[in-house]
Amino acid sequence: MATASADRTARTTGMDSRADAPPAPPIGRRLVTVWHLLGLLAILLLAVFPFYWMVATSLKTQTEALASPPVWTFTPTLTNYVEALYNHDVLSSLINSIIIAVCTTALALLLGTPAAYALARFEFRGKEDLWFWFITNRMLSPIVVALPIFLLARNLGLVDTHIVLILVYLTFNLPIVIWICTDQFRGVPRDLDEAARLAGASRFTIFWRIALPLAMPGVAVSAIFSFIFSWNELLFALVLTRTAARTAPVAATSFMSGYELPWGQIMATGTLIVLPVVVFALIVSKHLVQGLTMGAVK
Amino acid sequence: MSNGLLARATGRGRQAAEDRPVVYPTMWTNWRVALAFLAPAFLALALIGIFPTVFALVNSFRRYNLVRPLEGTPFVWIQNYVTVLNDSSFWGALGRTFLFLVTVLPVQLALGLVIALLLHRPGLSLFRTLTRLSLVIPLATAPAVVGLIGRLLFNRDFGVVNAFLTSTGIGAVEWLGDTTNAFISVALMDIWQWTPFCALVLLAGLTMVPNEVEEAARLETRSRWQIVRYVQLPFLLPSITVILILRTADILKMFDTVFTMTRGGPGAATELISVYIQRVGFRVFDQGVASAQAILLLILTIVLARLYIRFVYREV
Repeated sequence: MATASADRTARTTGMDSRADAPPAPPIGRRLVTVWHLLGLLAILLLAVFPFYWMVATSLKTQTEALASPPVWTFTPTLTNYVEALYNHDVLSSLINSIIIAVCTTALALLLGTPAAYALARFEFRGKEDLWFWFITNRMLSPIVVALPIFLLARNLGLVDTHIVLILVYLTFNLPIVIWICTDQFRGVPRDLDEAARLAGASRFTIFWRIALPLAMPGVAVSAIFSFIFSWNELLFALVLTRTAARTAPVAATSFMSGYELPWGQIMATGTLIVLPVVVFALIVSKHLVQGLTMGAVK
Repeated sequence: MSNGLLARATGRGRQAAEDRPVVYPTMWTNWRVALAFLAPAFLALALIGIFPTVFALVNSFRRYNLVRPLEGTPFVWIQNYVTVLNDSSFWGALGRTFLFLVTVLPVQLALGLVIALLLHRPGLSLFRTLTRLSLVIPLATAPAVVGLIGRLLFNRDFGVVNAFLTSTGIGAVEWLGDTTNAFISVALMDIWQWTPFCALVLLAGLTMVPNEVEEAARLETRSRWQIVRYVQLPFLLPSITVILILRTADILKMFDTVFTMTRGGPGAATELISVYIQRVGFRVFDQGVASAQAILLLILTIVLARLYIRFVYREV
């Protein structure tokens, strides 16, 4: 389609189009490069600034954090981190977050990779419906599930436990794992499976010993996504936890109830939540779009 | 049995059959084996996805108020739905969600396109890589923390935004205390977080344009706009569809940023649909009505997912 439109452009601009486009004069080209540079610089600054401000505020004293006009140079202090971690119990909520995110990711991989393998390899009735269901799960607002899950958890005495969040987070983790891994398994040649089958390997052995190791890059990427989404989640955690299983994002919002907000501590907690995710996200930055669009765009 | 399935499979995927050399029919069409691999994931999603949804559907037909346990949970049939459909604050929240969508989405698309074009442009390769990586930061920031940062940046007394406005002579603005401005500041934080997503998706679309085509077009015209319009846009249409549908779903889901930044206030100025349902369910404790609202939201999502399948989804 694009070739056709390019042809059309060629026809309308005439035959001696090459003469129409002489090499741009060096001064103009340099000017364009300067604009390009300035544009990129503006994007870079805007993308980083709120993050920078969070980190900077977390290193300020309360007076510096509330100063007007804002303070740009100051002596960094780690007091806020110590205060938040130990006096506000952010440490135990970070530990809760790690336990929950790691367990739910492991569970999603355990359940999701065989399903992804089946979706990549087998033809069966209802496959399309299954895909549709996975997509809906990923797009659904958590509040729809949070209401009934809360009532169920309350009746079962599961409110404020790790296990309830580990299970509930599967609603979005499992579709992600299945999504990315199905794509990955499709890239593993069928011939290998078939050769192993002829050599007498069971289907489970083929999956476990041949297909899964070859699909490891996709498995790793989906694991990182699953971890990030679970780590960042607020709504379920807010509704389903109180103190014992409180996760880090809930702890970050709990500073809100007070007369004067300890902004340094709030931002210290925010930094502790965001920093590991930024590192992980940079690792999978090549696959970020694939993970966020459910494989529609690579 | 397997013959019938094979006929279905080959009939549907003739093209796929052509480039696959040999297919061992019984190996890949055995539904029993497929079921064994799928069952664990299916059961897990049924347990935490379908079962609660059915439970919510049942609750939506009951009077179910957590602060009045003595009243029990009698069936009231469609009374909750009648309440919801006559509830002006429900429609208000839905309308506000729609307004939020049409406010942020054009900005995110336009800015995203500009960013994608700047990142796609040849030259300055090191700096381009650096900028592309910086886009990861907004995307990686937990939405709850985005709301907290927003609350700090837009603070009336010591926020950076007001400090900047004062220094340019415009003067301090009441952001989070004013209904219109609170809406704008939440929208700005959403734009900060999700414009990089649009930019990266559009950039992926731009890299699909074959190099020869783009270079040929560059020789034909000096007009940047013509290249975007006639050469690059056809390749961008799938990306734009993805963005439209996913962002719509995301904004219907949007809770964290609003909750930590304004809690839906002042008044109900920033109360988007998910925040509103959360308030009815967990701060008013009317589970029956909240369930009815959630079911309506679910129906809306299913329509969206259908659109997603029709326009975007392709079997990889």
